[in-house]
Amino acid sequence: MSTTTLPTPRRGLDYKKFLANNGALVGLVVLCLALFIATPDFLTGPNLLNIGIQVSTVAVLAFGMTFVIVAGGIDLSVGSVAALSAMSSGWMFASAGLPGWLALVGGLVVGALAGVINGLANAYGKLPSFIATLAMLSVARGLTLVISDGRPIKTAPEVSFLGGNLGPVPMPIVILVIAALAASFLLNRTVIGRSMYAVGGNAEAARLSGLPVKRILVTVFALAGLFAALAGLLLAGRLDSAQPQAAAGYELDAIAAVVIGGASLSGGLGRISGTLVGALVLVVIRNGLNLLNVTSFWQQVVIGLVIALAVGIDVLRRKTRNS
Amino acid sequence: MTQQPLLTLQNVSKVFGPVTVINDVTVSVYPGRVQVLLGENGAGKSTLIKMMAGVYQPDSGHIVVDGKTVTLPNTRAAEAVGIATIHQELNLVPTMSIAENVMLGRMPTRHGLVDRRALRQQARAALALIGLDIDVDVLVGDLGIARQQLVEIAKALSINARILILDEPTAALTRHETENLFAVMADLRQRGVGMLFISHHLDEIAEVGDTVTVLRDGEFIGEVPASTSEDELVKLMVGRGIEDQFPRLSENLGQAAEVLTVDNLTSAGSFRDISFTIKAGEVLGIAGLVGAGRTELIRAIAGADRYTSGTVAVRGQILPKGSIKAAIAAGIGHVPEDRKGQGLVLDASVNNNLGYATLASTAKLGMVDFAGQRSRASAVAKRLRIRMHTIDQPIGALSGGNQQKAVFGRWIIAASTVLLLDEPTRGVDVGAKVEIYELMNTITAAGGAILMVSSELPEILGMSDRILVMRDGRLAGELSSAEATQDAVMTLAARDVDETHEQR
Repeated sequence: MSTTTLPTPRRGLDYKKFLANNGALVGLVVLCLALFIATPDFLTGPNLLNIGIQVSTVAVLAFGMTFVIVAGGIDLSVGSVAALSAMSSGWMFASAGLPGWLALVGGLVVGALAGVINGLANAYGKLPSFIATLAMLSVARGLTLVISDGRPIKTAPEVSFLGGNLGPVPMPIVILVIAALAASFLLNRTVIGRSMYAVGGNAEAARLSGLPVKRILVTVFALAGLFAALAGLLLAGRLDSAQPQAAAGYELDAIAAVVIGGASLSGGLGRISGTLVGALVLVVIRNGLNLLNVTSFWQQVVIGLVIALAVGIDVLRRKTRNS
Repeated sequence: MTQQPLLTLQNVSKVFGPVTVINDVTVSVYPGRVQVLLGENGAGKSTLIKMMAGVYQPDSGHIVVDGKTVTLPNTRAAEAVGIATIHQELNLVPTMSIAENVMLGRMPTRHGLVDRRALRQQARAALALIGLDIDVDVLVGDLGIARQQLVEIAKALSINARILILDEPTAALTRHETENLFAVMADLRQRGVGMLFISHHLDEIAEVGDTVTVLRDGEFIGEVPASTSEDELVKLMVGRGIEDQFPRLSENLGQAAEVLTVDNLTSAGSFRDISFTIKAGEVLGIAGLVGAGRTELIRAIAGADRYTSGTVAVRGQILPKGSIKAAIAAGIGHVPEDRKGQGLVLDASVNNNLGYATLASTAKLGMVDFAGQRSRASAVAKRLRIRMHTIDQPIGALSGGNQQKAVFGRWIIAASTVLLLDEPTRGVDVGAKVEIYELMNTITAAGGAILMVSSELPEILGMSDRILVMRDGRLAGELSSAEATQDAVMTLAARDVDETHEQR
């Protein structure tokens, strides 16, 4: 039904619209205020840095996931790929004797390659991304165990540097900021980024308009793999070693962060800033519950409810906007 | 009309936010009569039928069934009084059998399990209501649109529907399938079923309707007999006269160069040995029944699908198989059959949708040229008179005609010179149709070439300079615009085609 009258344009900042479009951000602010009131331990320098470090891994994984979800897919393998990349990097350094910086780059390459395989299986092999990446989840974790024989491997000093400090600022936070800016630039400014939205919105329409849909999908998964590798190296850097069970289950956190951030699992919608907020929501809730001495068992319950609530509100919001 | 109507919407109005979409409209459906609802897209037809179906409730006025005022709070209530809607998008489950679809929600059971025998029997009985004799174990997804529609009608009748609302049932049907449907409607009329019929095909109104209710901008304009002339109906509907429904201005093609050359194109299972050329300034129409291979041919030329053998050349340059990119680079623009499924990203903005084909070619160092894109899109939207609030509005919110203009606009921005149009005016109202035809004139006047597939014969006859007829994947003949008539086209299109072929 088309409308016959034009709504009058509004002047100034439209608060209502801002709130409606940034529900997760509003939730995050409310959450922080509540924690600030509830416990004196929340708003302290060390705690905030701690949150920053925690969020860096989740957010970097989730940035990669954002590309995939915007393009209409899903990547269940990011946790395993993170572990495999870090472990490969450790192996290159400790067993193959490669220079540290090369081992670091090698780890990133391994992640991107795993992503390329996901992308090829999805775009050319016609496997649904859910299945292709479910397979990679298992394969990558298995390879991690094969390489390491189930034991941690010491990583290169260059990798440890990623887990260290740059002056007073922890490196993971620096990396987080750089990764956010890069991902945001890629998604918003570049042809490949804008194409991801078209592919996620309607792949056939994108294809008939001449967009190279298959190549875009491979790129999307390669990016998810690359970001997963970065997250894996961040984790390893903090421990000076690659752990065989690192990042297990993190794919679910990453998906949750993207979805809380306002992306649609049916594709075509999502922002890096939203994903960052989504990741912060997850981490701040965990942190707050820890400070309040809530057991990790209950934390899982709360996190689950928050995800359902965030997406539920989003669905309602879209419904009212469309009618 | 002394007979009591089955259903009357009495002075109903409906307001959404600040917009009045239906204002004081009265329309009745009588037993054994076909009431036609006529209006452009956005005139309020869908809102009106949604009130009848219990989806919306009128803000004022009331609904009268069999002389008694009723409220229809939901679709169940509407079904209970015998109102059934056959939507354009059919409510069938493609992966289930005909029998299961007909009996969905009321499966006969024995000891808590589905009674397959009773299921088939009752489904067959339902299909027999409209004289449809097909294997009820066939999956609905394997049927053509026309048969699916009949299955849905049979389903509605078997739940005792007395009032059938047919929302553009003929939009996706060929002429022959439409006639089948009309025969079923005539039969239902005999049996006292009241029908409300919506169609953008004016020529169907006199054929199938009794009276016509005309709406414009949510207002009741008038009720006229179905025998009213098409010109008069258009005037009522649009509020002004439309000089010419098909304003084709043919170019002088004497010296014109060949732009598109298709040579012996064959795609196993779809079409075979198709050869033709189109000159600069020419509109070549392709007629034929659904399933004759027309869409497959267009998609092959556009690079969307691969083909087995033969060649496609633009200005003498042979295009590689199955490369949309190469086709676009050679100047081909493809307006696909299914606008929503293949043409547009509905949630994306008008601006973005206009720019997809030129996203990469206008980029600098891999970065999108946002400013240039916006100015190109704005200019084209203005030129094509795409009606919208802003260029950043999701394109899904626009009317069908404006959406279609945007698909054209994408190729105008890409400076395409060979347009492949597949059902270019499907689901587009009269006013916008004429605008699209005028756009075709502009394109050919500028030396462009157009290949148009359409199931609407008047459109093919009215807008083509030359007509190819396809039958069963082959070229059945060629007609000049002078010698082409509906009968001539249909004779070529339908000769030797048996019933089973036609339904696929």
